[in-house]
Amino acid sequence: MKTDYVIQAENLTKLFGDFAAVNRISFHVKAGEIFGFLGANGAGKTTAMKMLIGISTPSSGRATVAGFDVYKETEAIKKNIGYMSQKFALYDDLTVKENISFYGGIYGLSKKAVKEKSHKLIEELNLQAVSNSLVGGLPLGWKQKLAFSVALLHDPKIVFLDEPTGGVDPITRRQFWEMIYKAAHKGTTIFVTTHYMDEAEYCDRVSIMVNGKIEALDTPKRLKAHYKTDTMNEVFLKLARG
Amino acid sequence: MTIIKHIIKKEFKQIFRNKGMLPIIFILPILQLVILSNAATYDIQNITFGYVDANNTSTSRGLIEKFEASNYFNVAHRFASENEASNAMQKGLVDVYLTLPTRFEQDLQKHQQAQLGVFIDAIDGAAAGVINVYVSQIIQQYNKHITPQLSQPRDALEKIHRIESIPLFWYNETLNYKTFMVPGILVLLVTMITLFLSGMNIVREKEIGTLEQINVTPIRKSHFIIGKLFPFWVLGMGLLTIGIVLAKVIFNVPMLGNLGLLYAYTAIYVLLILGIGLFISNFTETQQQAMFIAWFFMVIFILMSGLFTPIESMPKWAQTLTAFNPIKYYVEIIRMVMLKGSGFTDVLPQALKTLAYAIIMNGLAVWSYKKTT
Repeated sequence: MKTDYVIQAENLTKLFGDFAAVNRISFHVKAGEIFGFLGANGAGKTTAMKMLIGISTPSSGRATVAGFDVYKETEAIKKNIGYMSQKFALYDDLTVKENISFYGGIYGLSKKAVKEKSHKLIEELNLQAVSNSLVGGLPLGWKQKLAFSVALLHDPKIVFLDEPTGGVDPITRRQFWEMIYKAAHKGTTIFVTTHYMDEAEYCDRVSIMVNGKIEALDTPKRLKAHYKTDTMNEVFLKLARG
Repeated sequence: MTIIKHIIKKEFKQIFRNKGMLPIIFILPILQLVILSNAATYDIQNITFGYVDANNTSTSRGLIEKFEASNYFNVAHRFASENEASNAMQKGLVDVYLTLPTRFEQDLQKHQQAQLGVFIDAIDGAAAGVINVYVSQIIQQYNKHITPQLSQPRDALEKIHRIESIPLFWYNETLNYKTFMVPGILVLLVTMITLFLSGMNIVREKEIGTLEQINVTPIRKSHFIIGKLFPFWVLGMGLLTIGIVLAKVIFNVPMLGNLGLLYAYTAIYVLLILGIGLFISNFTETQQQAMFIAWFFMVIFILMSGLFTPIESMPKWAQTLTAFNPIKYYVEIIRMVMLKGSGFTDVLPQALKTLAYAIIMNGLAVWSYKKTT
């Protein structure tokens, strides 16, 4: 295994009783890559991701994230990753600023660093006018962009995004992906799950999960060539239908 | 340390921003303290009293007059027959009736004793017991009163040998039920609010999904839990303060012991309750579940605390169970300290038990809280 892989998984499996939610998946993610993790609902994307971010212990197989073992070194992994869940996970009853300083504080950033970052972040997201409003009142798209920025607050090596653009309008989705590119450009590895096949086109490499297994893994271009179609949508449909 | 501070800050903000919960935390306890302390009394007044006087002499009438003069009994109904009286009780018109036999006065004069029937509606067993005591007291007093009047002088000499007990009530001389109840109800409030709030707190974050986000951060379990529980610990102590002030101002409940001692014990006690709440929180998925389980324990704890019914009158196995009831300890301690003026050494055994209990519960809570499943 080469060292510039930030995520390595070998036969990673998660069983719930007899049911294999994730069935012996193996893949590598390179540093700085935007890695699309695709699959239909219930294909096992979220379960796989939860093992990688250290909140779910695998049933078998091996994996390392940022060089740390997913069985024994979950807390070390957590220092090096950011995570944005499917469910919006900032506090609705705290203001934009308070959310930023809370999560910054939890990651152990200094007061000064939190202040600087929060200032910069609010400016970048154009949230000056609402920086002291409760997050609960913001539109979903703004919330998602804020959540993404908060996940990047402690400059993680890898950021995991679980359907970050679900339910968001196309313009905001576009802006969101611009933010993803910007982060990737700075060297952050992006591990993203999505249902939107147009978003899959933006990824450097894409894996497609079907029933707990990775059925395809390559660049979008080569996948399309291999399945002889013009869109990722077609690739996905061919695979998901079996 | 700074991480804990961040969590504490956040919790306090959320508590004070929650417009639905804030009144429940502060106003409800005050209302409850005022209402419950007045309502939860063992004093029974306005007992509807009836009688069947088959004797109809000055002695029998004198006894009835005693009842009429008492504060506890309402003006007597006179029934023509026992049947009629029994029917009235059946309909709930009287709580108690007396039957004075035809030879009441004559027996009293001849044998220095007479029999009379006392019939008490015992649907509420506790109330019936109290009514029985009141009735007996009046009859005894009357008996003592009339004996010399009815009997020959030589009998009076014999009567002197009769043993009479004079009750002396220590620590609450006037048997003021409020003095007795207010500290107990204060215990309930401190317990309920802290248990419910801590029980629902972490499960709430589970529900809204922020807990997962926290679990993905490198935060240490102990830091997170300390930061989470500390605000509720402060709330518990605040509630105690409000309660003590109210107990003094409204009910004039004495504070004979050391206030510092009470606070020190409460500090340990609230820790225990928070541990229980957190434990519940870890094993539930929704706030409803947490609430339901917290209620379940709360009801058992309250009923078996010795607050409303004495632990001494419980069956042996139940008494053993009360050893695991935190409320029991606190009720004992608060009454000891406030009413009896008990000092450090008196409180020490219970305080140590509570401390051990608190360590165990919090240990279990921290252990059962898992960042990785």
